[in-house]
Amino acid sequence: MASGFYSTMSFEAPRIVITGIGLTAPNGNSLAEYRQNLLDGVSGVQPFEVRYMGKSLAGVCDFDPLKYQKRKEVRVGTRAGSISIYCAREAVAHSGIDWENQARDRVGVYVGTTEHGNVETENEIYAISKFDYDTKYWSHYHNPRTVANNPAGEVSLNLGITGPAYAIGAACAAGNLGLIHATQMLRLGEVDFALCGGVSESIHTFGIFAGFKSQGALASHADPTKASRPFDRDRNGIVVSEGGALYTLERLEDAQRRGATIYGEIAGYRVNSDASDYVLPNPTRQAECVRQALKSAGMTPSDIHIVNTHATATPQGDIQECGALRDVFGQNCPDTHINNTKSFIGHAMGAAGALELAGNLPSFEDLTVHPTINVDNLDPQCDIPGLVLNTPVKAKKVDTILNNSFGMLGINSTLIVKRFTA
Amino acid sequence: MTKEDTQQVVLDIIADVAPDEDLTNVKPDVRLRDQLELDSMDFLDIVMELRKRHNIEVPEADYPQLASLDSCAEYLTPKFEALGK
Repeated sequence: MASGFYSTMSFEAPRIVITGIGLTAPNGNSLAEYRQNLLDGVSGVQPFEVRYMGKSLAGVCDFDPLKYQKRKEVRVGTRAGSISIYCAREAVAHSGIDWENQARDRVGVYVGTTEHGNVETENEIYAISKFDYDTKYWSHYHNPRTVANNPAGEVSLNLGITGPAYAIGAACAAGNLGLIHATQMLRLGEVDFALCGGVSESIHTFGIFAGFKSQGALASHADPTKASRPFDRDRNGIVVSEGGALYTLERLEDAQRRGATIYGEIAGYRVNSDASDYVLPNPTRQAECVRQALKSAGMTPSDIHIVNTHATATPQGDIQECGALRDVFGQNCPDTHINNTKSFIGHAMGAAGALELAGNLPSFEDLTVHPTINVDNLDPQCDIPGLVLNTPVKAKKVDTILNNSFGMLGINSTLIVKRFTA
Repeated sequence: MTKEDTQQVVLDIIADVAPDEDLTNVKPDVRLRDQLELDSMDFLDIVMELRKRHNIEVPEADYPQLASLDSCAEYLTPKFEALGK
């Protein structure tokens, strides 16, 4: 139970629970819709036009921003802001909290992002290109749109939250980091109610597509729904996606006092760094991250029933992660299932960890593990025990989910959520 | 270009800048901010759109001239005429 700071203290860390989830994914705008599509094998990847590059593929969300924003807010704000507001509003509603009487200065907003500002900067440069690059045509909204805290700040404006609201920059580990940071802030008593997770507007920047293309890491396939194929021998890279998932986290005693439905409990976590390369992952550090998260949860590998992998379908990255997982879970873990959500929705960058955890949380209820789809020929180097491929499986028990999210510059995160038992 | 034309140009811009606003009964002699939800950033938008769409510059010292549709027409119509519009 105790982790980090609290493991050195003489008192028990407050228990932190999940009480609400709001999301938009390329294949669903609510947890129920998203989950059903994960069980039904429905991909959210589609053809997508990218500025300067032409036809590409992407995971595209179709939520209605006007459900929670005025048209002017949409015009002035950012796509990441709209995604964040949609997810935050949905999460608050899902939590059942009496929002009108919630002290807004005791609410924290912690939004994980891989990057922010590229979309808006590219848009402005494109706009002034029509005026011979004369900067007097540069928008006065550029700075508020591109500050790193923009997505969280837009949530604070929309919901009237006066507590701390900021972004957590952690490359593609950011979704997990949002939850981890919120857990820490709740335990420190900085806030009483946290909105946390991750978002991504990345499909609206050509730079991320062009960067992956130059790196030889951008997926292509004649059938868009088959383009994201982690662990498959013929995988050829990442499908870039947008989306978001924000959770409401509370201290257990607060959640119980108001009679909240509890969807899971934060059991443990770890964040570490490879310190070895800008881009290439490091399986030794990944395995360390997983083991240290297990230690913080007071668990052993065989206690984990679902491992949701980070695997992005790059040739090397998948092998590296499978090596790390084989190292930790390769033996004596008969009840451990291993899956991958990116095969359905692509890589939602800063949202990835949060969305992928959400896709698995309903397993506590239905005891079903969603598969990794698009594995026609399993890469022998990715063949690790427990892989759930192409069709869902019923599990004997699902009491724990371990969620991996890794990112560039060698940031690794592992978050463990367990079934809530009083 | 008549003053009415100028007022319509400004209204067309406001329709994009403040898309939630009902512009059917905007009173030309009343300050825009007194009858519409417009903030200082929105006025910067109006200035920017005049520049982008019509090549008209409004120096900062002249921003008060954009207070109402009537004052916009008074101030902007000669600028449109100077551009041959």
